Parts: sequence; C-alpha cells; structure tokens
Amino acid sequence: MTDTDRAFFEQEITGLLDRLYGTALRLTKNRADAEDLVSETVTRAWANLHTLHDRHCFRGWLFRILTNTFLSECRKTEMTSLEALAEAQGETDEEPAFSLFDRLHQPFLLWWGNPEQEFLNKVLQQDLQKAVDALPEVFRVPVILADLQGLKYQEIAAALGVPLGTVRSRLSRARSLLQKALWQYAQEAGLKPSFTADETSFQASQTGEHHERH
Amino acid sequence: MSDIKEIGCEEALSHLFEYLDRELDATCHAQMEQHLHTCRACFSRAEFEKRLKGRLGALGQEQAPPEFAQHIKGLLRRF
Repeated sequence: MTDTDRAFFEQEITGLLDRLYGTALRLTKNRADAEDLVSETVTRAWANLHTLHDRHCFRGWLFRILTNTFLSECRKTEMTSLEALAEAQGETDEEPAFSLFDRLHQPFLLWWGNPEQEFLNKVLQQDLQKAVDALPEVFRVPVILADLQGLKYQEIAAALGVPLGTVRSRLSRARSLLQKALWQYAQEAGLKPSFTADETSFQASQTGEHHERH
Repeated sequence: MSDIKEIGCEEALSHLFEYLDRELDATCHAQMEQHLHTCRACFSRAEFEKRLKGRLGALGQEQAPPEFAQHIKGLLRRF
C-alpha cells in the first residue's frame, strides 16, 4: 500500500465512522458488539483495499464488508442463511402492503383533526427503534441501510449480494411490517377513541371497511 | 410541464417510496412531482411517509463514542 492509499483510507474511515457505528449499533443492538463489528470491518477493508478498483464506490463497498461481517457472525450462531430466512418469513407472499397512513385516516379517528400529524408528533424514537429492532433480519438489514443510513438501492444490492429487484421487494415488505408494528404500538399507547365515541364506526373500521381516498 | 405524462393515484402510490428514496429516473420523478402538486390525498400521504422516513433516519445518527474513535485511530496507525 502506498502513502496515498493510507491517506485515502484514513480519511474515508474517519469521515464515515459515525455512520459505520450507527449502522453497527442498529444491526447488533448493543454497543460492545457494534464496536467489535466496526473494528473488524475496518481491518478487513484495509486488508482488501487492493481489490477495490473504483474508489468512488468506497462507501458501498465498506458497508458491504460491514453487512457481510455481521451476517457471517449471525450464521455462525444461527446456522442459517438470509435466503432461507427470507423464504421462511414469506418474502414472496402477496399480502398487500400495510399502510399506517390509511389506518390513521380511518373515519373513526378523524375526530382527532389531523391524525397522521398527531401520530408523528406523538410517536417516540424508542417506539421506532423497537419496531426496527423487531423486524426479521432479512428485512431489518435493508431498512437500516436505506432509511437509517440513506444508501442507494444499488449500494444495498451490492452490500447484500442480491439483485436490485430483491432490494425493492424486501424494502417494501420491511416497510409494511414496520408500519404494522407502529400501528400496533400506537393502539397500545391509546391511539383509539374511547368507547364513548362513535362505537359503531369503530367497529366498522375493525371489520375492514375502507374509506374513500378522495 | 405539459409534455409530462399524467399518472393516476394508484401508479403514484406504487412508486411513492422509490420517489422518496430518490431512486426514480428523471421522467418518473417529474411525473410524481406533477401528480403530488395536483392531488391533495397523495400529497398528504407523501408528506406523512417523508416525515416518518425522517424520524427513522434520526435513529441511524449515532456518534461513535470518543474512546472508540480513539481506538479506531490507533488501529489505523498500526496498519
């Protein structure tokens, strides 16, 4: 490695350290493991820097190492692969996407004024974290990379070693599951009318009647 | 604007997340923007998803603890 390589590597790692750590923390769910994961990632990246031909791809490449290191650790302990998990968890099922917005827009909640605004004002960071942490691994990883770290789909595809279409379908399913969980938390936290409100319309909404979009 | 093909709510919603993720090509992006400028229901939904995505983004904004940052600096020096 040349001095230029070393300077480039140091500069990139220093600039990306918070994001690496943030991603590792959400992946591993604890600080000690997150620190180990980042250290291991940096070590592997340095050892393999000569294989990276286009330095503009450094960020995606680095996150690929981070994700692969994390997943290989998971496989050691769980003896399973992400693809097997994907199948087991119905990645390909045709269940329609769950929309939190549509739920919040149900007629029985409209007495709130602007329910989705209220929801966003009231939902806690810890609820969001709980919902992300509870996602099955196969959907949690792309959400962390896309929504928490803002990686492009192409970078996520490279990081996970899957086609672009798989990234889209996993993200779509992940968001649906995430919104379903948030809807559940919102209900547990009291986001529903007291039964002194219009009980009939509440029951109607429970039976799956849909409001008109316009 | 007139040469941009109009899209309906169903098509707009099917591309909503790709739009928010900035993954659409320029033409599709422009079609989405045009639809959102004219449809209040889809605009509200898009705003909701955008804010929710923003809240999720905040979860990823962690700062590496200073002692860990030092540890990484030490690691880089040893390479």
